[in-house]
Amino acid sequence: MKIVTADKIRNAVAELCIRANLVLRKDVLSGLKATYSRETKRRAKDILRAIINNAYIARKEKLAICQDTGLPVVFLEIGQEVKITGDLRRAINKGVEGGYRRGYLRNSIISNPLFRGRPGYSPAVIHTEIVRGNRLKITVLPKGFGCENKTQLKMFNPTAKISEIEKFIVDLVESAGPDACPPYIVGVGIGGTADYACFLAKRALLKRVARRTLHVARRIGKLEQELLRKINKLNIGPMGLGGKATCLGVNIETYPTHIAGLPVAVNISCHALRSATKTL
Amino acid sequence: MKRINTPLTKIEIERLNVGERVLLSGIIYTARDQAHKRLIEAINKNKKIPIDLKGQIIYYCGPTVTPRGRAIGSCGPTTSSRMDEFTPALLKKGILAMIGKGRRSRQAIRAIKRYQAVYFLTYAGCGALLSKYVKKNEPVAYQDLGPEAIYKLEVKDFPLIVGIDTKGRSIYD
Repeated sequence: MKIVTADKIRNAVAELCIRANLVLRKDVLSGLKATYSRETKRRAKDILRAIINNAYIARKEKLAICQDTGLPVVFLEIGQEVKITGDLRRAINKGVEGGYRRGYLRNSIISNPLFRGRPGYSPAVIHTEIVRGNRLKITVLPKGFGCENKTQLKMFNPTAKISEIEKFIVDLVESAGPDACPPYIVGVGIGGTADYACFLAKRALLKRVARRTLHVARRIGKLEQELLRKINKLNIGPMGLGGKATCLGVNIETYPTHIAGLPVAVNISCHALRSATKTL
Repeated sequence: MKRINTPLTKIEIERLNVGERVLLSGIIYTARDQAHKRLIEAINKNKKIPIDLKGQIIYYCGPTVTPRGRAIGSCGPTTSSRMDEFTPALLKKGILAMIGKGRRSRQAIRAIKRYQAVYFLTYAGCGALLSKYVKKNEPVAYQDLGPEAIYKLEVKDFPLIVGIDTKGRSIYD
């Protein structure tokens, strides 16, 4: 049994909110640089240079990478041997508030989706998983809403061909066009239930982008590569003004599903894919 | 690269061609979803609106909180298409230009052409970089909306690309 206090969680969440929003993930930055060197169109190169430059300025001058500092999505992996003392949910939301204030981030959360109201910093969306062991892993993913608005879920027939699923994903990216701030990272969740596929699509964004090694499941790895190739042929490019750099990577997560179904969810991230992780 | 200053003149705007890169200096006003909604509600009810829109430039932007010692925080553009439904009414009130990211509806493009206005794009997702071009920043209306309030910004050499010109030509077509 390991004891983790709510205070410790609050401090960790605050720190992660700031780090995620100010320091662009290494894998995303190298993905951007690789795509910059491959890009041939002048305007696309110029925009990619601005995007990379923006990441350096944000880090150096402690500014948010993007003014849309997102809705903080907090992933918790709680080891079953961990005992948390204090109010966990409150600790997370206090951590978010503290971090967002301290980092001069944006208050983008309104308390009622229909009747709106004054924007504040919390609550976060919290996903909790109980895992083996005695560790507590916290990840904060501030999700911007330009790209979140493009999310789609489709319940395919179990007899659907892979090519139909590919078409759904590629068409969705095409319809997002310039709106969700390309070059994109595309998270795909396949299987489970409708809600779980959406969760998987979001969690897929936490995986490394543009990995050199294939997905552990080879067939899924090939599908990821095939989708990336097709998406990068769409000629959307940075800001949707044309170019090869439409997508930095496609990450797929799968889960067993029911004999009668095949849920597929797609969650696009803008080029400013931000997340930070800490294990307590 | 072409440099333009506010207040913009009709002649200057007519000379801008789609795809052209421009550096803008002078005054612009931020306004996004809720500020648009309020402005339009006031206009529809024939109430006075908090700023004179004639000849002005609207920037679709909701900046972060301003860090101590800086003019502004991160301040990139938001998706313009969400403002499309409000655009014709604001053009009628005399705005000359808009700055944002992404495509516009056919109706918005028609209105831009009709009122001889211009739509600019700026670097999307580059709020830290763009903050370098903002010299002054003060809230002027709807402060209860927080980041969605109207802020008056003084900018210097703010980088833009002409997205839709006065002839109604769009960079995305």
